[in-house]
Amino acid sequence: MLSRVADSLYWMSRYLERAEHTTRLLDVNLNLMLDESPISAERRWQRVLDALGRPKNIEWTGEPYALTQALTFDTDNKASILSCIIAARENSRHVREQISTEQWHRLNSLYLQVTRPELQHRTLSEALGAGMTQPSEFLQSVMEAAHQFQGVTDSTMNHGEGWQFIQVGRYIERACATALLLQAYHVDLWEHPERAIDGNEYLDWMGLLRSATAFEAYCKVYTADLTPDQIFEFLLLDEEFPHSVRFSIDSLQCALEKIQGDSGRSRADGLRRLSGRLQSSLNYSSVDEILNQDVVAYLGGIQAQCRAIHETIYELYVDYSIQAALAG
Amino acid sequence: MQPAQSSQFEHAALKNYLLDHAYDEMFLGQGDLHRHCEPLLDHFLSLPSEELQRRKQAADLSFLNQGITFTVYGREEGTEKIFPYDLIPRIITAAEWETVEHGLTQRITALNLFLKDIYNEGRILDDGIVPREVVYSCKHYRRQMMGLQVPRNVYIAVCGTDLIRLESGEFVVLEDNLRVPSGVSYMLTNRRVMKRIFPQLFRSYNVRPIEQYTQLLLGTLRSLAPEGRPEPNIVLLSPGVFNSAYFEHAYLARQMGIELVEGRDLVTHDNVVYMRTTIGLRRVDVIYRRVDDDFIDPLAFRGDSILGVAGLFNAYRAGNVTLANAFGTGVADDKALYAYVPEIIKYYLSEEPVLKNVETYLLTRPKERQHVLANLDKLVVKAVGESGGYGMLIGPQSTKAQQEEFARKIEADPRNYIAQPTISFSRAPCLIGDELQPRHVDLRPYVLYGDKVTIVPGGLTRVALNQGSLVVNSSQGGGSKDTWVLSQ
Repeated sequence: MLSRVADSLYWMSRYLERAEHTTRLLDVNLNLMLDESPISAERRWQRVLDALGRPKNIEWTGEPYALTQALTFDTDNKASILSCIIAARENSRHVREQISTEQWHRLNSLYLQVTRPELQHRTLSEALGAGMTQPSEFLQSVMEAAHQFQGVTDSTMNHGEGWQFIQVGRYIERACATALLLQAYHVDLWEHPERAIDGNEYLDWMGLLRSATAFEAYCKVYTADLTPDQIFEFLLLDEEFPHSVRFSIDSLQCALEKIQGDSGRSRADGLRRLSGRLQSSLNYSSVDEILNQDVVAYLGGIQAQCRAIHETIYELYVDYSIQAALAG
Repeated sequence: MQPAQSSQFEHAALKNYLLDHAYDEMFLGQGDLHRHCEPLLDHFLSLPSEELQRRKQAADLSFLNQGITFTVYGREEGTEKIFPYDLIPRIITAAEWETVEHGLTQRITALNLFLKDIYNEGRILDDGIVPREVVYSCKHYRRQMMGLQVPRNVYIAVCGTDLIRLESGEFVVLEDNLRVPSGVSYMLTNRRVMKRIFPQLFRSYNVRPIEQYTQLLLGTLRSLAPEGRPEPNIVLLSPGVFNSAYFEHAYLARQMGIELVEGRDLVTHDNVVYMRTTIGLRRVDVIYRRVDDDFIDPLAFRGDSILGVAGLFNAYRAGNVTLANAFGTGVADDKALYAYVPEIIKYYLSEEPVLKNVETYLLTRPKERQHVLANLDKLVVKAVGESGGYGMLIGPQSTKAQQEEFARKIEADPRNYIAQPTISFSRAPCLIGDELQPRHVDLRPYVLYGDKVTIVPGGLTRVALNQGSLVVNSSQGGGSKDTWVLSQ
């Protein structure tokens, strides 16, 4: 596979994952807003911005719909949903002959849907006027489209190298996002773990889980008793839940192994070491150990390791020197 | 152009269908039509107008969702557009097609012999059939190609020749596109959409299939592989996603199952071309390039190009990689050289040309130049190296000021322009709103030249969708329609 193609597939997948994650955060928090007291609103939206890595040029001004509008449609903001969808579609356009027609249709339709100017205008004005039916419907439709894209990707594309690069992009993005989400919530929610939680806090815990599509899955494992340690354990270390950090890293490692198997290169040793180390540390850690250390630093460490993996992938498969390639 | 004579048809959908002296692809005269068009017209007139609109929308949506678009340069907003598609197919009978096929085969054979000759012995120049200065002054002439042996002597592997029909119904050649002709993906997708929107009608007509084009193209490219490369690695080289024909590049690469590469994917080392893959460098043997000569190798040609591959030309000279089409084929589609093609055919094949040229005035000849300058309001003037409908003056539709501007340009650089009479080429019915109206059409069949000459029956029919317009280029408001060649 061409290096450029691998690169584009990887980024297409990452951007779409990012768009989906931002969409869900907005949807969940717009919904929670209906129940909350004004004091916690400020905190909650600041947390959303933290969980998104503090996007440039975007500030909380006390107006949730204005923030929603900026995070959704503002193309000056590279992390907005619209920017991510445009970037994902642009990447897919570069590799159109590599992805299936069904994939292209799904992504292109999503792009056409979100770039219609009248839609953006209507969404904002109706949201401000008549409550939040419109943004919610819109956000729902974006999430559905992202899910459908993953569905057609898995069922219509060869599960060869290209598909593996899509997996790599999706899971590296997801692992980072979940780690960052836990980090953003940590200050508020793990400060007093011994305290009994009231209604508003229960909502916050629920919001955290739902931000990672994890509420129902959590309940199946731990029942509806929301306790901070269990939530942390679930989102970080659960082996079977697709949005947990551990699941994401397992999947990432699996895709990388497949790619390395195809290319059969000893140069992949460095990459194998990096991703394998992260995978083992998640597989063999207990939640108590982790909670006893500096949790914020620990979560930051996971993100740093993901970045290192990203850079190594880039050096190995995309941006290698010609001399090295000819010598090898 | 104003209709010289008008006819009213009875059916409401035809009330604005005016016939003039131009050949009509459907009607012979009032209420009288070519026999092979009868079932087609009956079918369309039998459909309620809402039903037609519904199918039209279904077709448009299909193009939009598939992203079958082209890029319009120089405009900030809406740079991706669908190429407008007309629902009513254009029909060519088996006998008409036979002539076209024969004529095109003859033409591409002669043009390939011509290119081989001018880049080697230059017999035709010695014999004075084509003046030396016309060849050497052509901006697409590549002196680097002198004396170079190209595989199988194939210079032009892929050609798209534009044909128009005169008032008599005869097909003539308007121009040859011998560098990187585009549009074949529209031919193929038009057909696919047509079959979906009008299945019964299509079935009833015995239309010859065209879907084998991509396989034939692949076979042609494979036949050009350098010696000793029995399983050649064939790639399609595109300038990238910002090129107006990018959709086509991706489409063809996928249909052929070959890699779509850009300049930055390729590297050369020791005169061998490689592509950069996730498992390292892989050798490339045949390049179907959709990048113009000028941009393909910054070392050999334009140094400011970032689209090309440094060192590609040396690898090509060394015989380690084949390019389709070869460098320097643009000489033969220079609009001034076009005037000599009938002579070229006679010279190499000792045959009379089957397809005629449009009468062409060469402005380097003083007598012809004077005639043209005196009749600018009646003629079409074209810059020889331009394409896509740019650099043109259409006399009858031009202002005095435009004519004066062209007169100055011609006097400054006569070699750079040619002139032709304004030809009212044939018109075909198109669905405009909910009625049929005639619009001018041309035809671009795609010719492949490898082991042998192959032409899929049909081609891209382009439509000048603006009423009265004679310009069919997509960049100038043109559209297209499906072209049916009947099997009997």
